[in-house]
Amino acid sequence: MLSYLNYLNDTMPCLMAILRLIVCIVCILAFVGLNAAYLVWLERKLAGRIQRRIGPKEVGPFGLLQPLADGIKLMTKQLFLPDGIDRILYLLAPMLVMTTAFMCFVTIPFGEGLVARELDLGLLAIFAFASINVLGLLLGAWASRNKYSMISSARVVSQNVAYEIPMLLVVASLLMVTGTLNLHDIVAEQAGGFWNWNVLRLNASPLMPVAFLIFFVCTLAETNRTPFDLAEAESELVAGSFTEYGSMGFGLFFMGEYANMVVGSTLISILFLGGWNCPFGIFPGPHWLFLKLYALISTVMWIRWTFPRTTFYGLLNLSWKVLIPIALVNLLITGALVKVF
Amino acid sequence: MAAYIKSILVGTWSLIAGLAITLRFVFKPVVTCQYPHAVPKIPDRYRGHIDFVYDPATCSHKCIVCGMCQKTCPSGCISLEGEKLEGAKKKTLSVYQLNFTTCSLCGLCVEACPTGALTFSKEYNLAGFDEKEYHFDLIKRLQERP
Repeated sequence: MLSYLNYLNDTMPCLMAILRLIVCIVCILAFVGLNAAYLVWLERKLAGRIQRRIGPKEVGPFGLLQPLADGIKLMTKQLFLPDGIDRILYLLAPMLVMTTAFMCFVTIPFGEGLVARELDLGLLAIFAFASINVLGLLLGAWASRNKYSMISSARVVSQNVAYEIPMLLVVASLLMVTGTLNLHDIVAEQAGGFWNWNVLRLNASPLMPVAFLIFFVCTLAETNRTPFDLAEAESELVAGSFTEYGSMGFGLFFMGEYANMVVGSTLISILFLGGWNCPFGIFPGPHWLFLKLYALISTVMWIRWTFPRTTFYGLLNLSWKVLIPIALVNLLITGALVKVF
Repeated sequence: MAAYIKSILVGTWSLIAGLAITLRFVFKPVVTCQYPHAVPKIPDRYRGHIDFVYDPATCSHKCIVCGMCQKTCPSGCISLEGEKLEGAKKKTLSVYQLNFTTCSLCGLCVEACPTGALTFSKEYNLAGFDEKEYHFDLIKRLQERP
C-alpha cells in the first residue's frame, strides 16, 4: 500500500497533492465537527455530575445521540434575517469564526508526521488565525444591530487585546528556550520523560510552571470560557454576540467556540506538556496528545462549573496588573538565563 | 508589594479550594430522581385533594351527610346532597362534588368530619385542558378505585 502510494506520488504528484488536500480537509472537518458535538455532550454530563445530576440520558444510551438531535434541530430551523441588519456581514461572521478555527488545525501536528501542512512558522500562523476569531465576533455583533451584541463585542475585543499580551509574552519567553516556531520541533525537543516537558524546564527558567499557568488562564480568556465568558454573559447580555443569530448561524458560532477550545488545549499540550510524548518516555504517539488534550478540556469545563463569572474590571485588572507583570518578569529571567548559559 | 503577592497567592489558593469542592461533588452519588421512569415515594402526610375513605364494613364510604365539611370549608368548594331513601332512617349521600380549582388544601373538612370519612389523596399528577376536569365527583372516584 505504502509503496503504491509512493509510486503514485512519483508519477502523479499533482493528483496526490489534491488527494492529500481533500483527505486533510475531510479529516479536519470531521475532527472539529465531532469534537464540537461530543464536547457539548461531555460538558453537559460533567455539569450534571458536578451538580449531582445525571445529565443527558434520554436520547440513545447515556444520551450519546443528544448532539445529533441538537444538530438536526439547529439545521432544520429557519435561517432568519432580522430587520435592519447588514446582511453580508451578518451571514459572513459565523463563517469567519468557523473558518479561522478550522485554519488553526492546518498547522497543528497531532503526532509524528500527522499534520495537514507543516510550517516553520506554525505557531505564528495559529496565533494569527486565532486572533481573526475576534474579528468574526465583532462583525457578527456589529451586523446584527443589537445593543447587547454591541456591548458584548466591545467586551470581547478589549478582553482579547488584554489577554493576547501576556499570552504572547509567555510564548516569547518559551521561544527563547525552544528557539523555533515549528510545532513539530518544539515537541521533538521535549522527548524523553515528563521532566523534559517545557512546563518543568526549570533550568531554562524557574518561572516555567507560572508561565504555563499564565498561558492556561489566557487561553481561557481568549476562548471566552468561564470565568471570562463576558462575551456571552447570558444573564446580562442575552447571548452576547450571537443574540440575533438562530439556526446554523448560531450553530457555527457555537462550534467555533468549541473548536477554539480544542485549538487552545492542543496548543497548551504541545507547547508545555510535551505534545505526543509519553510522560515516561515509552510509546510516544498521538494517543498521548489526545489524552492531554481532553484532560485539559475537562479541566476547562471543570473550571466553568466551579467559578462564577468575573466582573469586567476584575478581568482587565487580572490581565494588566497580575499576568502582564509576571509574564514580563518571566521574559526577563528567561532572557537573562538564555544569555548566561 | 508584599500585599500584592499575598493577594495573588491567597486568590490562587481559594481557586484551588473551589475546584477541590466541585471535584468531590463529581464522585458523590446522584440525588435527582429520574421522574417519569422512577416516581419518588410520597410521604404519608402528603396533602392532595380530599377523597373518601373506603369502609370495608359497608363496602362504601362512611359519609352520613351531616354537611360539616361543606360548612367548614373556607373556600366553599364542597357541595353535597343527600336523599332519604324509602324505609331508611337516615339520609344517604347522592352527590358529593369537590371543586378543586378553589380548594386551598387546608384540610379543615378532614378535621371536621365526625365519621372520618374524608382523607387526603396522594394524587399530584394533575394537569388538564379544562376547568371542569377539576370538579371531582368523590362518589364516582370511590367506585372507580380498585
